[in-house]
Amino acid sequence: MLTTADIATIWLTLKLAVISTVIMLIIGTPIAWWLAQTQSRWKGIGNTLVALPMVLPPSVLGFYLLVLMGPKGMIGQLTLKLGLGTLPFTFEGLVIASVLYSIPFVVQPLQTAFAAIGKQPLEAAATLRASPLDTFFTVVIPLARPGFLTATILGFAHTVGEFGVVLMVGGNIPDKTRVVSVQIYNHVEALEYEQAHLLAGGLLLFSFTVLLIMYSVLKTSPVAHPVK
Amino acid sequence: MPYPKFLALSGYLLFSLFSACATADATIVAVAANFTKPMTEIAEIFAKATGHSAKLAFGSSAKFVSQIENGAPFEVFLSADESGPAKLDSDGYAVAGTRFTYALGKLVLWSAQPGLVDAQGQVLTTGSFKHLAVADPKLAPYGAAAIDFLKRKQLLEKIQPLLVLGENITQTHQFVSTGNAELGFVALSQVIENGKIGSGSGWIIPSSEYSSIKQGAVLLQAGAENPAAVALVKFLKSTEALAIIRKYGYDLADK
Repeated sequence: MLTTADIATIWLTLKLAVISTVIMLIIGTPIAWWLAQTQSRWKGIGNTLVALPMVLPPSVLGFYLLVLMGPKGMIGQLTLKLGLGTLPFTFEGLVIASVLYSIPFVVQPLQTAFAAIGKQPLEAAATLRASPLDTFFTVVIPLARPGFLTATILGFAHTVGEFGVVLMVGGNIPDKTRVVSVQIYNHVEALEYEQAHLLAGGLLLFSFTVLLIMYSVLKTSPVAHPVK
Repeated sequence: MPYPKFLALSGYLLFSLFSACATADATIVAVAANFTKPMTEIAEIFAKATGHSAKLAFGSSAKFVSQIENGAPFEVFLSADESGPAKLDSDGYAVAGTRFTYALGKLVLWSAQPGLVDAQGQVLTTGSFKHLAVADPKLAPYGAAAIDFLKRKQLLEKIQPLLVLGENITQTHQFVSTGNAELGFVALSQVIENGKIGSGSGWIIPSSEYSSIKQGAVLLQAGAENPAAVALVKFLKSTEALAIIRKYGYDLADK
């Protein structure tokens, strides 16, 4: 059976995924909109930066975060000056790491959805004297709804599945940074296969269900297409 | 490049690759993370002395036991404890009669900040710190020894909320050396330079104050027939190897 320690890791993982997904949607939406609309020569750089966490090994991201957020790092010095302490080994630190790690999975579906809307609906809204902000909330968001759904599901699922970065900056603290994937790893290393099976099986079932819903019910593709 | 020429070249490369494997014997060694520095040096002189090469993988002892029991091709195992090799022996993954203690590990309370850790470790009771890094006691013998020390000092309950766990002793050291944890329990071999603690501040905890860290090595079944693996196990007991082991602060097992 699942121990209370195992259950605590599940709750923590869900909490981390919910908070990170909300933040990713808030940050990711304007980024995706800009990338979908702009003709700026910075667009290439923007697309690259957004896609970077997908190709970087988590050890690279984890290493830089550990150094940057540490007391000698730039971010660490800033958070210390603000009286916040340093971020590694804290839940807040994990949220930041998760947002960085999973944001491509939120931005890319949104970007694809925004680009697919095209110019006409926006121009129509403009001729009806809708302000840009008005247009965004009453025209763009409803039209891009499938994109938002995909972005939410993928961002959430990818955060649940996060491992390497958490291992490197988390410090494996119960109720603060010990998430399911780390707990599974520890069970496996300690040869506690029975407990590892329960959690690992649960995670497999979760991921399968999420993707199945996305592919068959929502009929959207999670693979982002490069935006022309 | 013309096609036939390319073919000839790749054939030649493949051939030399295989022949290289056939002549110079190499052995794959699983090494407990605390023994990273000394083993790297030992592997170098081992190669010079015998012509064999040792390929080293570093990690937590428990991870290696788990991997070896699941078919990892390691031929020699240098653990941070005796129970790992003993388990492999009783489960039939080791060559019987090859287990021995190659070093006695020393635990250090260490900080990257100079002056933080005093010579008696008073900082644990009086100091103000937010994080104390320890290797996961379930996976790493140095972590288990550190927890044992805290228990004996009746500090564990108080310090428990401040503990951050490294997956192995290398990660634990990294937490402290980056300053993210103000202090932590690491292996002496990680911080020793010319016989004393090289940087920051540290306290070498008297061996009587924690359960001893007897580091066991064993020849594994996968290496039973490999001359390089057999030679390495023998070489670990040579005077050259013992000198390196002692240089990194380890005690030697009683004969």
